Amino acid sequence: MVFLTRIEHFNAAHKLYNPEWGREQNEAVFGACANENWHGHNYELYVTIKGEPDPQTGFLMDVKKLSGIIKEHVTEKLDHKNLNIEVDFLKGKMCSTENLVIGIWNQLIDRLPAIVKLHSVKLYETPRIFVEYFG
Amino acid sequence: MDKKVAIFRKEHFNAAHRLFVPGWTDEQNLKQFGKCSNPHYHGHNYELVVKVSGVPDPVTGYVIDLSDLSSIIQKHVLSRFDHKNLNLDTQEFAELNPTAENIVFVIYEILRRHLDAKLDLSVRLYETERNFVEYPA
Repeated sequence: MVFLTRIEHFNAAHKLYNPEWGREQNEAVFGACANENWHGHNYELYVTIKGEPDPQTGFLMDVKKLSGIIKEHVTEKLDHKNLNIEVDFLKGKMCSTENLVIGIWNQLIDRLPAIVKLHSVKLYETPRIFVEYFG
Repeated sequence: MDKKVAIFRKEHFNAAHRLFVPGWTDEQNLKQFGKCSNPHYHGHNYELVVKVSGVPDPVTGYVIDLSDLSSIIQKHVLSRFDHKNLNLDTQEFAELNPTAENIVFVIYEILRRHLDAKLDLSVRLYETERNFVEYPA
């Protein structure tokens, strides 16, 4: 079994704010992240697939195709966007990094060729904070 | 020792912004600023590198006490910009387009006011790992 990782990145605005709570409770739980007018991040995304190299190409899959799938279904929807209001697969969800990584996994899981499996999605919100999801 | 030494402090802040010229149409802004003009904003992890140069004090050996420099940056820069919308939440960018160039200049001007005149100052700002600016040039 071989694991292959593609790294992508996107920049986005968001806020952590539960609309069912008042401002005070949101600020108590989410602090500066609850700022009404948003803040933002440079997100770094690591998508890891696994499988056996094809005997003829030596590839798990064509990395260019993997990059195309990630771009079309993930980064084009997220890059330079407001995560709370512009992203279809995050509608109605809290825009935490945890929920974002699950959303990205769900965007990818059925779009990869059958010869490989999605192993993990890792997402850095800052250089010091990241989350991982294994499905 | 009478030689100048440079001392650096790295800080970071996260903020939302958009690039646009208020007098232009959405179409003109999109043409000039691309995705960065998105009316719903986007954001960055900004990395700030502050360089202070001077002759170390003969008694303490310090150019500047790093804890003092850190406090000045925290109090006058990070508290204004961290977890903020630069366009909406700051007076500095209420009318000034928050490009990396303008942000680094504004930060320089703020810090300059709080540092001893005999110290040299230079500020570098990373908007992304690959895009950064420096002032003075």
